[in-house]
Amino acid sequence: MIKKKQLTQMLGFNLLRICALLVILILAAILYDIISKGIGVISWRFLTTIPTDGMTKGGILPAIIGTFLVTVITAILAIPLGMGCAIYLNEYAKDSIITRLIRMSIRNLSGVPSIVYGLFGVILFVQLMNIGACVLSAGLTLGLMTLPWTITASEEALKNVPDSYREGALALGATKWQTIKTNVLPYAVPGMLTGTILGLSRAAGETAPILFTGAAFYLPYLPRSLFDQFMALPYHLYIMSTQHHSITKVRPIAYGTALVLIALIFTMNLFAVILRYKLRKVKTE
Amino acid sequence: MDDSKITVRNFNFYYGAAKALKNVNIDIAENKVTGIIGPSGCGKSTFLRSLNRMNDVITGSRAEGRVILDGKNIYDEDVDVVEIRRKVGMVFQKSNPFPKSIFENVAYGLRINGIKDKYYINERVEKSLRDAAIWGEVKDRLYKSAFELSGGQQQRVCIARALAVEPEVLLMDEPASALDPTATLKIEELIQELKKKYTIVIVTHNMQQAARISDFTAFFMLGELMEYNITSVMFTNPSKKITEDYITGRFG
Repeated sequence: MIKKKQLTQMLGFNLLRICALLVILILAAILYDIISKGIGVISWRFLTTIPTDGMTKGGILPAIIGTFLVTVITAILAIPLGMGCAIYLNEYAKDSIITRLIRMSIRNLSGVPSIVYGLFGVILFVQLMNIGACVLSAGLTLGLMTLPWTITASEEALKNVPDSYREGALALGATKWQTIKTNVLPYAVPGMLTGTILGLSRAAGETAPILFTGAAFYLPYLPRSLFDQFMALPYHLYIMSTQHHSITKVRPIAYGTALVLIALIFTMNLFAVILRYKLRKVKTE
Repeated sequence: MDDSKITVRNFNFYYGAAKALKNVNIDIAENKVTGIIGPSGCGKSTFLRSLNRMNDVITGSRAEGRVILDGKNIYDEDVDVVEIRRKVGMVFQKSNPFPKSIFENVAYGLRINGIKDKYYINERVEKSLRDAAIWGEVKDRLYKSAFELSGGQQQRVCIARALAVEPEVLLMDEPASALDPTATLKIEELIQELKKKYTIVIVTHNMQQAARISDFTAFFMLGELMEYNITSVMFTNPSKKITEDYITGRFG
């Protein structure tokens, strides 16, 4: 009898182990493919020059700069607005039908396909607000797309701060704002930032929202202002692997672009993890 | 009672539609320990938290009637609730030190009240820790995290934190329920010391504790104040059958 139980347990564990291994294997295979085929083209020149000869030669500097600039705009919109909204919802807003409706909308917005955000961005920023297809429009569109993620992650971080910190401060005669500022935010900010950076790194890799809002097929120069069009890593990758006139010839460049994009996102995520670790250490000291 | 610090009149409290306190009338004596006893869910914690309006933070809650502190109804519209909470301090059931150093925990109330004078803060922190009978145990590690202390020590740091802002009333919600007998004894001795300077209202689940430490005892049952008297009378000669049944452990 006992033997049968142990057998079932062993089977169960191994099944779970296989699931985990399979996931890791798939991830490793993708990474191996990209790294092995992309590493050859990576050089200082590749990272610091503009594409030449109909994008069959040269580097990807405009795409790197473009993605960087757009992500900065995204962050400027999504971080303060997202955190502020989360603080309001979690700390101030009373639990009413309206706040529940807002929460539900936010959850649902995070599931809206990115191409829909792209279309929305075209209508709102490019046409209605007449900003034109440019860095700013694309950044704002990505910002809108990131907001639901930022808000949700920030709210979760705020929920993780025990109520006893709030009550303890209030019982000492702190105002609500003092309580939030001195006894809630310091413990929630690491989690808020981590969630936000993960949202940003996701935005940095998006193609659809920037497709109509400012990303350019090819530009022989770097954006000179926020109202210029730009090249971006994910869009460049898309072009190099599906739209270029000689796809096989530029395959290595596509792989190189993919590698740079993955490295960028990985760095951002790593930064998020380090930041959380550092801030958490400060907190318990 | 003429020497009462807090007078509660026709006080009702609701959580949504549920009535948690029913027409409570009580006078709480200055510089005495008033013990609140009663079975779980009888409204003792709700009553305690009504005395510094900590219940305000619960959505859907509503208070009726008056809680008069030094002649002023704390539920009046023109009352600053922040000021009430500074005057009426609170120690919670589960010790809740902030994730800061011991020093910063005790200094917290001073800092949020806008005090910047370093010398004064140092002095108040030391005085509060002494009054909470924990100075000797923490004076060499004031800048270590309060989380490193034992449960009983944490609770006394929380008491010191409440004392630092110089309240007049100290509300204690089963402050020793999570502590071992030695730590409990220390807290009980401390309460006897503190009542010289503060008016203390303490909720306790433990009948013996109420008998040991309180001068007056109030017995709550299903949101009603059943009986209120001098502790020695209450425990030897209760006027109601139900009080006697509860005190003698026939239910609860």
